[in-house]
Amino acid sequence: MSVLVVVECDNGEVKKSSLEVASYGSQVAQMLGTTATAVAVGVATEANLAQLGEQGISKVLYDAEPRLKDFVNGAYTKLIAAAADKEQAQVIVLANSNIGASVGSRLSVRLKASLATNVVELPKANGSSFTVKRGAFSGKAFADVVLSGDRKIIAVKKNSIEALHEAGKTATVEAFSASLTDADFADAPKQVVMQDQAGGILLPEADKVVSGGRGMKGPENWHLIEDLAKALGAATACSKPVSDVDWRPHHEHVGQTGITVSPNLYSACGISGAIQHLAGVNSSKVIVVINKDPEAPFFKAADYGIVGDVFDVLPKLTQAVKELG
Amino acid sequence: MKFLVCISNVPDTTTKITFTPDNKEFNKAGVQFVINPWDEYALTRAIELKEAQGSGTVTVLNVGEADTEPNIRKALAIGADDAIRVNAAPKDAYFVAQQIAAIAKEGAYDVILMGKESIDYNGFQVHGMVGELLGIPTVAPAMKLDMSGSTATLEREIEGGKEIVEVAAPFVASCQQPMCEPRIPNMRGIMTARTKPLKVVEPVGEGARTEVAEYALPPKKQGVKLIPAESAGDLIKLLRNEAKVI
Ligand SMILES: Cc1cc2nc3c(=O)[nH]c(=O)nc-3n(C[C@H](O)[C@H](O)[C@H](O)COP(=O)(O)OP(=O)(O)OC[C@H]3O[C@@H](n4cnc5c(N)ncnc54)[C@H](O)[C@@H]3O)c2cc1C
Ligand SMILES: Cc1cc2nc3c(=O)[nH]c(=O)nc-3n(C[C@H](O)[C@H](O)[C@H](O)COP(=O)(O)OP(=O)(O)OC[C@H]3O[C@@H](n4cnc5c(N)ncnc54)[C@H](O)[C@@H]3O)c2cc1C
Repeated sequence: MSVLVVVECDNGEVKKSSLEVASYGSQVAQMLGTTATAVAVGVATEANLAQLGEQGISKVLYDAEPRLKDFVNGAYTKLIAAAADKEQAQVIVLANSNIGASVGSRLSVRLKASLATNVVELPKANGSSFTVKRGAFSGKAFADVVLSGDRKIIAVKKNSIEALHEAGKTATVEAFSASLTDADFADAPKQVVMQDQAGGILLPEADKVVSGGRGMKGPENWHLIEDLAKALGAATACSKPVSDVDWRPHHEHVGQTGITVSPNLYSACGISGAIQHLAGVNSSKVIVVINKDPEAPFFKAADYGIVGDVFDVLPKLTQAVKELG
Repeated sequence: MKFLVCISNVPDTTTKITFTPDNKEFNKAGVQFVINPWDEYALTRAIELKEAQGSGTVTVLNVGEADTEPNIRKALAIGADDAIRVNAAPKDAYFVAQQIAAIAKEGAYDVILMGKESIDYNGFQVHGMVGELLGIPTVAPAMKLDMSGSTATLEREIEGGKEIVEVAAPFVASCQQPMCEPRIPNMRGIMTARTKPLKVVEPVGEGARTEVAEYALPPKKQGVKLIPAESAGDLIKLLRNEAKVI
């Protein structure tokens, strides 16, 4: 019996969301009186994997098969299922990412496990079942879900769990192979296209987000958003109409029908705060709203606000961040 | 090609969410239900691909009780050829996936399309479960879908980018923007939808694996602290010293 956590790696590094997943898994292991093993996917370095000890992981399994560099649903599922069997994992924890949800849903059928996605808190155990809190109604509510059965899979929402950092602890890294065949790579990508990241910060992984709406008037004004984002080390985002008219790319569209974000800081510039937009951002820890209309609905969901013109306010904010040093 | 498009019946995006007094169920009173917005991409793209191929059928499938039929008819009005409703309350994602897989298998569908996720339960899991139950690939979430013969080329979104994936039918894909411009029903569609076949079948398989014990609303915000535009820079100091987020 053990807990298995799936850590996603990119360019050799463990993703921040996976550090949270590892911390979640090791705390579940402690609750159950067992240990947490990680299985790593993507491109990892042994040194970075060993460092998962800081998140309470005792052992990391890693298959260096080159075709596992990119996401392949079939192969990843088989690899993780094999690791779960080897470790006799009772609980499997993954990130609530596109990779985590794709793999987790297939695994739940293969391993006859109960599955909860979008989970925001550590589980409460009652007998052999778990109760987990998960986001529902696109950020408008939460549901406590009971997972029963011998095996459980939990996909943890980014930024809902604090990552542990126990300095100096290391995990042992073990080579692992799931005897993958060509058939497992049926959905292998022919090509991978990564976004051109201006400031180097990906929206789904970001701690801080600066977002613009129709109040920005046109794509030619986005340097104001980008300058503030750069100064803060934030990612950029936008409202739906902004991406619908191609001022900004679709992957920046947040909201009920875009991506859901829950950063520590969400700054909305020239966005009215429609219910569909709020749904995607209202689990952010701190919300800042800049809008020239004091009646804009977004102010009701905000922690800090400035009633003013974005063209006047944004440069002042960027300047103030630079002065902080 | 036989397309199967799965649609979920969800509260309109403007709905203010409330629960029954015991917090055990979603309060449906006065709520307008719509086709899940992501599923509209799946439906329209299936119709476009069928039209481009010049042959084939588009079947819509919903697991739900009789009150979902207006939205099934709406999907027929948008351009699906026929519909199937599995007569059961959708207990959880696994229960729903079993129904979809059984129908896909029986009808030997080539392409099974869904939305990225339902906007009510936000599972993002039915597609993977259906793919696994049928032993076929799932591409989720897909931003683009083209077909040439029985081979599909898709763009799968991954965090920070996309993968170009090629799979042979049968396969499952979960759809999202910017795949197509979702169609709305026209008058002719609405007229013909009334007489298109809608078959009702009973559920199969095992029960649910999960159960909702209780719902809750997010905690209310304290209220906004306003900073005058003239001294906008003070906001940054507050974010550092008070909120401690920068
Ligand atoms: C089914 C459905 C799904 C949807 N999903 C989403 C979604 O996922 N995400 C989403 O964002 N929207 C979504 N929408 C759209 C949503 O209803 C709103 O239309 C949209 O969020 C409005 O975008 P906006 O705030 O940028 O524009 P507007 O509502 O036009 O607001 C612009 C704001 O900018 C302010 N402003 C103007 N000029 C300035 C200035 N110089 N300085 C400061 N402020 C200024 C105005 O006061 C106004 O408040 C959806 C709608 C539907 C029907
Ligand atoms: C009365 C009621 C009670 C419920 N109780 C529970 C509960 O106790 N526990 C629980 O987990 N869930 C419960 N649900 C949620 C319900 O089971 C969901 O429809 C199901 O879980 C699938 O949603 P999802 O968010 O997981 O799907 P996702 O994986 O997010 O959906 C992806 C896609 O699958 C397709 N799809 C989803 N649902 C259907 C459907 N019903 N018919 C056809 N296609 C569909 C759509 O194309 C959708 O875009 C309840 C729903 C109702 C109406």
